[in-house]
Amino acid sequence: MGGMAAPQVAPVETPDTEEVPVSDRPWVTIVWDDPVNLMTYVTWVFQKLFGYSREKAEQLMLDVHHKGKAVVSSGARERMEHDASQLHAYGLWATVDRS
Amino acid sequence: MSMFRRQGDRYVATFAVDEVRVLRKVASEVVGLLTDGFDHGDPVVGRLFPEVYPDDAAGSAEFRRYTEGDLKTAKIDQAGAILAALPDGEAGGEVRLDAEAAEAWLRALNDARLAMGVRLEIKDGTDLGEELDDAVAEDPTSSRVFQLSVYAYLGYLQESLLNALID
Repeated sequence: MGGMAAPQVAPVETPDTEEVPVSDRPWVTIVWDDPVNLMTYVTWVFQKLFGYSREKAEQLMLDVHHKGKAVVSSGARERMEHDASQLHAYGLWATVDRS
Repeated sequence: MSMFRRQGDRYVATFAVDEVRVLRKVASEVVGLLTDGFDHGDPVVGRLFPEVYPDDAAGSAEFRRYTEGDLKTAKIDQAGAILAALPDGEAGGEVRLDAEAAEAWLRALNDARLAMGVRLEIKDGTDLGEELDDAVAEDPTSSRVFQLSVYAYLGYLQESLLNALID
């Protein structure tokens, strides 16, 4: 991105105390660790379904493995339900939640 | 034990008759589980069709109403892809898969392993070799010895197919 004369606009300060109303928060798809799915398979599914790079997919897989779960996508509720059902077709244990 | 290799745009493995028999059995069992034997109270069904909202039973039921039929059909079809590609009759032989069939096999092998993993109570950190040794020591002719061997075999086969696909 070098060489572009970007206008210097100060980012708008958003105080941490200002809570976004629950109903406006986006939704997330979460994949949970399970003892059966192969690590290579989980990585492959993330690349396949979300078009993630090998590196990103591997990192997510490792998060699932070591932390027990990872957020794999976020956005509108309907889209998260779609992602979860796709993940279920591949045998991953996916749930949907508010972020 | 057989494994998959890539040959051009095909994924190829040659199976002994025993392997064909085992693959036919596990794929048929998955189909059975998803058709006549379908039962939401079965923990295997719970694992293959997870609650999408763990804290919201009504939301989960709604999601299930819209998605379960398609998901069930997809899982039956992918188990069917294994049955369709196996050599006919009581014989070993070669299996050649195109990319689409290979992916169906991957998902179906995974479903079969998930189902067996629940039944065998596979946990994080379960050492399959140890489990197998223990089961053999207890009774080498037990069904647990056979099931554990099949579970290990399916994992090995799935990994070989995945490696061939990624190559």
